Amino acid sequence: MSSSELKLPDYREQSPDVAGRFQRIYARPVVLSVRDLKKTFGANGGTHVVFDHVSLDIHRREFVCVVGPSGCGKSTFIRIVAGLDEATCGEILLDKNAVNGPGPDRGMVFQGYTLFPWLTVKHNVMFGLKMHGKDDNTAESEARQWLDMVGLAKFENSYPHELSGGMKQRVAIARALANNPRILIMDEPFGALDAQTRCQMQAYLLQIWKKVDVTILFITHDLDEAAYLSDRILVMGNNPGRVVELIENPVPRPRIQAQFISPEFLALKKRLEEHIHPPVEMEAAEKLPMIKLTEAGDEVE
Amino acid sequence: MAHHDWLGLKKELPHKRRLLLTVLSFVIPLALWSFVSYVPWVWHPLVHITDPGEVDYFSEGLDIPRADFDRELAKAKAAGQSLPKGYRVNPVYLPAPHKVACAFYTAFKTPPRLQDEPWLHQSLGHSIRTIFLGFLFSSLIGVPLGILCGSFRFFAKLQEPFIEFFRYLPTPAFGALCVAILGIDDAPKIAIIFLGTFFQQVLVIGNSVRKVDPGLIEAAQTLGASGWKIVRHVVIPASITDVYTDMRILLGWAWTYLIVAEVVGTMSGITLFINQQARYRNFDNVYAAIAMIGIIGLFTDMFLAWLGTILFPWKRKSGRSMIAKREWFPLFDRSPVKPVAKPKLEIESHVLQ
Repeated sequence: MSSSELKLPDYREQSPDVAGRFQRIYARPVVLSVRDLKKTFGANGGTHVVFDHVSLDIHRREFVCVVGPSGCGKSTFIRIVAGLDEATCGEILLDKNAVNGPGPDRGMVFQGYTLFPWLTVKHNVMFGLKMHGKDDNTAESEARQWLDMVGLAKFENSYPHELSGGMKQRVAIARALANNPRILIMDEPFGALDAQTRCQMQAYLLQIWKKVDVTILFITHDLDEAAYLSDRILVMGNNPGRVVELIENPVPRPRIQAQFISPEFLALKKRLEEHIHPPVEMEAAEKLPMIKLTEAGDEVE
Repeated sequence: MAHHDWLGLKKELPHKRRLLLTVLSFVIPLALWSFVSYVPWVWHPLVHITDPGEVDYFSEGLDIPRADFDRELAKAKAAGQSLPKGYRVNPVYLPAPHKVACAFYTAFKTPPRLQDEPWLHQSLGHSIRTIFLGFLFSSLIGVPLGILCGSFRFFAKLQEPFIEFFRYLPTPAFGALCVAILGIDDAPKIAIIFLGTFFQQVLVIGNSVRKVDPGLIEAAQTLGASGWKIVRHVVIPASITDVYTDMRILLGWAWTYLIVAEVVGTMSGITLFINQQARYRNFDNVYAAIAMIGIIGLFTDMFLAWLGTILFPWKRKSGRSMIAKREWFPLFDRSPVKPVAKPKLEIESHVLQ
């Protein structure tokens, strides 16, 4: 992997189409602005810095992915954006207004689905609408519309436990979008799904995102997923958590699975790999001791 | 077929075997009881005298230890007197199964010996009323308080330490106090049931409510719910099935406090009936009355379990009718081992092109 025989373009090279798209994105108003966010925790005087100096502007209808090694605080970061955790310092502006606590303007999709098991699929989607004081009829017809969009109209009267993981997550997306959030925050939403379902869900998500005026902030540890979905990728680093790089995704849209082997995709992926899994010199001490428990003559390599 | 998990270590047993075992669980103790009662050389430590012969302290109908009978018999033989006769019996406090079975019927038919004494059905009615009222009053305060404690750390810290202390105080110890305050009629009895149930109820329900998945609460927050709306629309529905199960268990505990409650003040209800029948040495009626409590308890619980499947449709394993499945019915328990059929995920394949 280190000295690639394949000559890849620089991941910063953009085709005119892609460059033009980014210009158009940056011309749009900023929906979410994160300013110098810092999170520490600790008891007994000791403080542990989860991350520091995290800043980010997300424009309207942009798709931003956050990747980083485990422990870099990416989950904490979006929980703070969602208002579920509090930042130690720094601020978060949504449409130029400081946010404080969770609210329906920032929809959230969790890895664990978190559908309400006592409500049918339809009533799950209606939940947020009814919290806003919409009457049953309005809420119901809106919920039906959203379920139609995620392709689950047939299951409106099912209970969550009767659905597969991918379907549950589509209900969760519909439930979050029904509130017309300014930004949809997704915390490794497809992490619990099998590989095939995950691919389908990624395609679904892009479809939905095209149809709905919503900005997406998406956390993942799957680099392919980040490269496939995003406009920009926020790469976070470890010890202490920080922003390492904010990468503009050079892969042109519309995205298709065939692009997984395109030069731009591979170049981007290589760059991400370098950040997330930096090459480590394997020292002699780290090598596993060579003890043979096999008979001579049954070598596997 | 090489490996049979016959005892059901990790697999659910086949339905027929479960049914058989359920029946056996009742049949085995019954068989043991019958064995001791009907096989004359098993136990039967007494001799029921039918003819006293010339033994001066024997009389017809007297039960006497076997050793004494044998000694007197030997003596009478030696003296050439007419011999006493009798047959081996069990003590009067172990009536045979068929006698208890009859008592189920006759106990309801037997008029009380004194005019102002209650019939069995009146005793039972009185007991059920005492339990119902005690449990009702306890639940009216205990359930909301438990939900409050489970939902908000503030109320939990404010109340639970004291309740934790109070629940260690043995409820019967309050008997005299209850009588002094509330008189000798039903009020102190209801108070005992209340005291026995309430403190456990707050703690147990508080715990169940606390176990609500925090992810659900966070999801509700990001959907715009806050404060009491979260309690009402998330915490309560998320914990209601556990709370319902808690209530079923607590109702069982309330029955155990019933006997304590009924000896407080003037003895009443099923306890009065049992005590009086024991004094008259009608032990078959005593057993019938005790078994009656078990039967009422079992059927109440089965009814509540069935009601639960009606009230909480999302707890059904699948959308089919639960009445047909009879999950609530322990004797014919048929909890489905079938996995839920996953509806196929259909996706427009052109998206992937």
